[in-house]
Amino acid sequence: MEKVFINSIGSISAQKTFDNKVFLEEITTYEDNVIPAIEPNYKDFIPPAAARRMAKGIKMGVVAAKIAMEEANLSNVDAIITGTGMGCVRDSEKFVTAILDNQEQFLTPTSFIQSTHNTVAGQIALGIGCKGYNFTYVHSSISFESALIDALMQLQTKEAENILVGGVDESGEHTNTIHKLIQHIKLEKINTNKLLQSNTEGAVFGEGANFFVLSNNKQNSCYAQILGVKTFNTLPISKLTANLEGFLKDNNLSVDDIDVLISGNNGDLNFDNYYLELTQGLFNNTQQVYYKHLSGEFNTASSFGFWLGAKILKTQHIPSEIALNSIKSKGFGTVLLYNQYRGKNHSFTLLRQC
Amino acid sequence: MSDLKQELKEKIITQLNLEDIAIDEIADNDPLFGDGLGLDSIDALELIVMLDKDYGIKLTDPKEGKKIFESIEVMANYITTHRTK
Repeated sequence: MEKVFINSIGSISAQKTFDNKVFLEEITTYEDNVIPAIEPNYKDFIPPAAARRMAKGIKMGVVAAKIAMEEANLSNVDAIITGTGMGCVRDSEKFVTAILDNQEQFLTPTSFIQSTHNTVAGQIALGIGCKGYNFTYVHSSISFESALIDALMQLQTKEAENILVGGVDESGEHTNTIHKLIQHIKLEKINTNKLLQSNTEGAVFGEGANFFVLSNNKQNSCYAQILGVKTFNTLPISKLTANLEGFLKDNNLSVDDIDVLISGNNGDLNFDNYYLELTQGLFNNTQQVYYKHLSGEFNTASSFGFWLGAKILKTQHIPSEIALNSIKSKGFGTVLLYNQYRGKNHSFTLLRQC
Repeated sequence: MSDLKQELKEKIITQLNLEDIAIDEIADNDPLFGDGLGLDSIDALELIVMLDKDYGIKLTDPKEGKKIFESIEVMANYITTHRTK
């Protein structure tokens, strides 16, 4: 089977990540329970006529994809595969609200047309003229990993050479209100630096888009090699360690081979115990980092973790703001990512220095 | 009539998200489609809904829109003659 490399990245998040030349040199701290993505000047990337109908999620996705395509020095790809948990939720909220407000009359087309989950992948394809495979996975918090697995299989079997893969989710006002009511979002505003000390229910929600050009040809711009990805819809905490050891074994690795664990802790009192099972157990002596205080929690937040892993492997640097423990590895050769949301939809992802 | 033209320009900019265009940049006789404002068929649907919702004008034949939406001047004249609210 062919090796698969991350040849380029593009990220829009609650941090200034859209410039690939820097790596979290300036950290933005928030005092809130929902944090917004920091947006680039979209006019630098999208013609105003095309941008005027795009909601934030579409713009974030299209621009993150464009940044990744430019870094890979490609004008087209064989396939575009995206993952999203909520799709274009702002336009969905808009047209459903219009239905209610106008007694099911006077419905305008734009927000309905743009509200589908595959709008981002479609707009990227229209923008670059890609007539190849175009697919969007809507699998809650393993949406991005599902897209990744699809791309991996196509690249490993040489069905494709270059695939654009991304995770994108935008924040919707009404959706956030509902999540606050059911306490999936923390009731209190919190300093994001103190997220893991909050000791309360729920997470700080965020939004963002992270795109990557994956290829079976390693370019000079290469960030990392993808060794493997595995997902579980359900995984009891009692079986987490054994399953992770099995995943490492499948990739001919053991715990000692992991230089950095990127953990998806989101400060939710009820569900961070899954992460603690690994950080205080199997990986107690491994360097650990976390990231959801920077990105916020959303269905494709793990794509930000994937971005982080790629950056760490390329730059061989870990910013102090993301350290979860004080252990320091001598170098960063192999990175493991673990993510889950509310005890469901778990993912393991392995990256190696290229 | 000039109030209605002003109102139409404001509505078109807001509802069609023409955020880079100022009201005074739209002349009364500028074509709204094609070389003028560059509106397209989805915008035409938005304008048809706007006529119905805000002025009580139902366009039964979408082809009528082509003439009615020629310019702000033509739209304002049509609305003044046919409005029910």
